[in-house]
Amino acid sequence: MSLRELLDELTRVTGVRGALLVSREDGLVVADALMEQVDGPAIAALAASLSGRMGGVTAALGQPEPVSWQLAGSDGMLVAASGGEGLLVVAVAAPDVNAGELRLRLLSVAGRTG
Amino acid sequence: MSVDDIQALTAQLARDPSSLVFLPLAEALRRRGQLEAALAVASSGVARYPEMAGAYDLLGRIHSDRGEGDLAFDAWTTVLRLDPDHLGAHKGLGFLCFRAGDLARSLRYLRRAVELRPQDASLRAALGRVEDSAGMRPVPGFARSAPDPLKVLEAEAGLALLVDPQGRVLAGSLQDAQGNSATERVGAALAGISREAERTTRLLGLGPWQRLSLEGGPAHFELRTPTSDSVLLVTRAREIPSGRLALLADRAASAARRWLEELR
Repeated sequence: MSLRELLDELTRVTGVRGALLVSREDGLVVADALMEQVDGPAIAALAASLSGRMGGVTAALGQPEPVSWQLAGSDGMLVAASGGEGLLVVAVAAPDVNAGELRLRLLSVAGRTG
Repeated sequence: MSVDDIQALTAQLARDPSSLVFLPLAEALRRRGQLEAALAVASSGVARYPEMAGAYDLLGRIHSDRGEGDLAFDAWTTVLRLDPDHLGAHKGLGFLCFRAGDLARSLRYLRRAVELRPQDASLRAALGRVEDSAGMRPVPGFARSAPDPLKVLEAEAGLALLVDPQGRVLAGSLQDAQGNSATERVGAALAGISREAERTTRLLGLGPWQRLSLEGGPAHFELRTPTSDSVLLVTRAREIPSGRLALLADRAASAARRWLEELR
């Protein structure tokens, strides 16, 4: 299965505007499946940076990095899960997306990126 | 008041239903534990005198004795609408809020009650007990000690933390897996994460950030911004359902917001 096909599993969820595989180390886009006007490089950079920050919080508690996270704003959400090979699986979605379904698919895709 | 006295008042009220004896009569019935009868007398008095604060105060006390907190709350808030400086209503609402675990509001009502009657030692003692329960502590930048808004929500210590934008602790505490305090370390990490979250949602057009949920290995985390200048972290073991943790965090954020507003 190609990386693009993996990401298509996420974009099939109603309300998802785009999905990406991101290098956690440098915040660069490895693969993407985005709707028009969705800024992939910006998402990648911001998601990687935020992921690092959250790792800092869990590290301060002596815990491993988060398996996944969701950042919700009033107009949408950014979700991410740690994959293998230093990758981060990221999706941008509308605020009314089925968050439970998106989380499950995100973790499923993340588990196949190693 | 003796049974004879009550019978006399009852007879007087029967002869003249517009008489104000409903007040001592209902109070006497309440004190004797005859709450059903007391409620009937007070309710008809309130219906006859809808602008009388004292009648609603009496109704509030009866509802409170009957365990009808919501109705007592309604009665006492009506009292304060009619008479903002009514001592009984401030005392009653302070007690109700304490019973409901809303310590910040309880303190507000009881402080006002003490202001209204500073010579009342029992009132000052009640205020002191609520302050103790609220975990009063000095807060940097504020002259008066303030209650810990997270204490009421925490069955166990070390599971919630409220910090200012610089990561300085306002309330709560956190422990690491070994049981050591991680409060200051996490506070510092939260200062950065709040700015990062705000920047991310702004640049991606996601609107103001509302919540950040982390699914960890041994624990889950919820972050909130109770106010624009504070960040709250609530954590629980991963066995706690994530939806429940989100609700806990929402409640803690509301409590923290009220607390911060009161401080200001």
